[in-house]
Amino acid sequence: MPRKEVPLSEPRTEQAPALPAESGLPPVDAEELLRLHREMLIIRRVEELAAKAYTLRKIRGFCHLYIGQESVAVGAAAATRDDWWIAAYREHGHAIAKGVSPRAVMAELFGKETGSSRGQGGSMHIFDRGARFLGGHGIVGGHVPLANGVAWAARARGENRVAVCFFGDGASNQGAYFEALALAQLHKLPVVFICENNFYAMGTPLHRQSALTNLSLRALGVGMAHEQVDGFDVEAVRDRVGAAAAWARAGHGPALLEVITYRFRGHSMSDPAKYRPPGELDEKKRSDPILISEQRLRERHGVSEERLAAVREEVEAIAQDAYRFAEESPDPDPATLYDYTYAPQRTSLGVGEAAPRHRLTEEA
Amino acid sequence: MATLQIREALRRAMVEEMERDERIFLMGEEVGHYDGAYKVSQGMLARFGPDRVVDTPISEAGFAGLGIGAAMAGMRPIIEFMTWNFSLVAFDQVVNSAAKIYQMSGGQFPVPIVFRGPNGAAENLGSQHSTAVDALYAHFPGLKVVTYADAADAYGLLKAAIRDDNPVCFLESELTYGVRGEVPDEEYLVPLGKARVRRQGEDLTLVSWGKQIFNVEAAADRLAADHGVSVEVLDLRSLRPLDHETLFASVSRTGRCVVVQEGFPFSGVAAEIAARVSEACFDSLEAPVRRVTNRDVPQPYATELERMVMPNPDRIVDAVLATLGRR
Repeated sequence: MPRKEVPLSEPRTEQAPALPAESGLPPVDAEELLRLHREMLIIRRVEELAAKAYTLRKIRGFCHLYIGQESVAVGAAAATRDDWWIAAYREHGHAIAKGVSPRAVMAELFGKETGSSRGQGGSMHIFDRGARFLGGHGIVGGHVPLANGVAWAARARGENRVAVCFFGDGASNQGAYFEALALAQLHKLPVVFICENNFYAMGTPLHRQSALTNLSLRALGVGMAHEQVDGFDVEAVRDRVGAAAAWARAGHGPALLEVITYRFRGHSMSDPAKYRPPGELDEKKRSDPILISEQRLRERHGVSEERLAAVREEVEAIAQDAYRFAEESPDPDPATLYDYTYAPQRTSLGVGEAAPRHRLTEEA
Repeated sequence: MATLQIREALRRAMVEEMERDERIFLMGEEVGHYDGAYKVSQGMLARFGPDRVVDTPISEAGFAGLGIGAAMAGMRPIIEFMTWNFSLVAFDQVVNSAAKIYQMSGGQFPVPIVFRGPNGAAENLGSQHSTAVDALYAHFPGLKVVTYADAADAYGLLKAAIRDDNPVCFLESELTYGVRGEVPDEEYLVPLGKARVRRQGEDLTLVSWGKQIFNVEAAADRLAADHGVSVEVLDLRSLRPLDHETLFASVSRTGRCVVVQEGFPFSGVAAEIAARVSEACFDSLEAPVRRVTNRDVPQPYATELERMVMPNPDRIVDAVLATLGRR
């Protein structure tokens, strides 16, 4: 007897939606591109000075540099300046792009009282409430579920803000990451997941960590909108993050962007990156996002060499100032050692008439 | 004064707090449409709606992490683990995120969240559903760990845990959800970090917490009736923060201490209490501090084997008599 055909799923509803082509952002003019270029340069120079400080043992522990990937954070910030961000441990650049001062970042790397986390966090744990920058997390993939909660809170309050979550290709293999994607899509949470694919999970190249090397397809299994983005082009990042954020803001749900990028340094300061095939780094450096933006400023927007040099000079002063500030800042006061284990109780413990009542309010 | 099951006392606490504070939501497996795996959240979906009583996929790391992120961004989540055994797949979330974010951020992001659910063994559930996680979570500075014995404490402690501005691991018991007890009608809180002397005594301090209090009280009755021994029963209620003051005052007065703990002995909470009592009360102690804990084996399924593993009144009576030099 022939077996009766059983419909296993509804093909039309089981597909992932496509992101809109338009971001809704204004086109990038010369001034905007110059601003993005300047931001990328600040991150580049702060990171180079961090590398120097590390070799002088002024920065200790693990230190993961963002050099080569600046266009991702800067492009994303141009589209989501006022939204919530959460990142992993290669996050100095994200913090600066999101508005944390280079001084506070560098001082945190130096372990100083004036650091963004008062020297409690270090390189991997930069936080800044004022900038809506929620860290700085050191367990690969572990912070991705948190982004859903941030989006949950924002939506519950009717904030119209999205959560932007950065992580790497390595995190794409963690269980918590898959769980987070599934939950985000189930609840149509306003999250923009940004997988910065720099092709190495520490020393393991992409093809040795994942059978599927198009990492945006991780979204397919949960029915989430997804795209690959050219991460060397800061304008492309701005545009597609803008589209994903607009999609999320409109209530359509999350999106996963796989942003193709490359790190020019090792995984951390202690990694000489000998696992790269010969010639790969030199070839990738030809698509250095800062070279691309500089060339575009010259050729497409007619920005003068003098103007570009002036920007470089200004950036150098900012980076050097951050370094000096960090160096001259005081160490954390030993008397504060126990101050950060538990938050002091601010919520009222009153009962009956004295019990506090709370509405859903802005960042209570 | 109403007589409530413990599950009803817990529910009353959550309902009152959610009425009071719109930032609170309850999230976990089967908490909504199913009315709670153990019916703790019965009726809450109908009362508060699906935005505040939220069913989740079987995805502990995912929804524990969601709660933590929401707490960072100003909400006050209650995350229910169907049992604390399942929290172990979210261990990284609780330990590396909830416990550390306030510190890592230099005090910028408190994480006011309650993780709650039944802890320890029920009956015949086998090895993977019978773990007592007390010591695992009490190990970490940044977390608070609390538990109750009766309905009155269940209500007051859960309300205080929800109001706390830090992450709290709230340990319940499947076996005692149906136990009834008197709960005052007016609102009250049981402060975290305060032990409770459940029975005053002269000869020895019996220290315990959670559902082992039932075994301890049975043992105390028998010690009084059969052996003329007067024990003080101290219910810690909070493992972190620990009420050192009440603990040390009691042991200093009685001079003897037995700690009764569900869970494995090695690196357990009882070991920590024994060490602290020995350090602080050495001059008052008439005998070494003894522990009664699970036997040091993974939980067996068969009824008789499991009975041998768990603390019980017989073992507690024996330990008390031995500490008094009467065995």
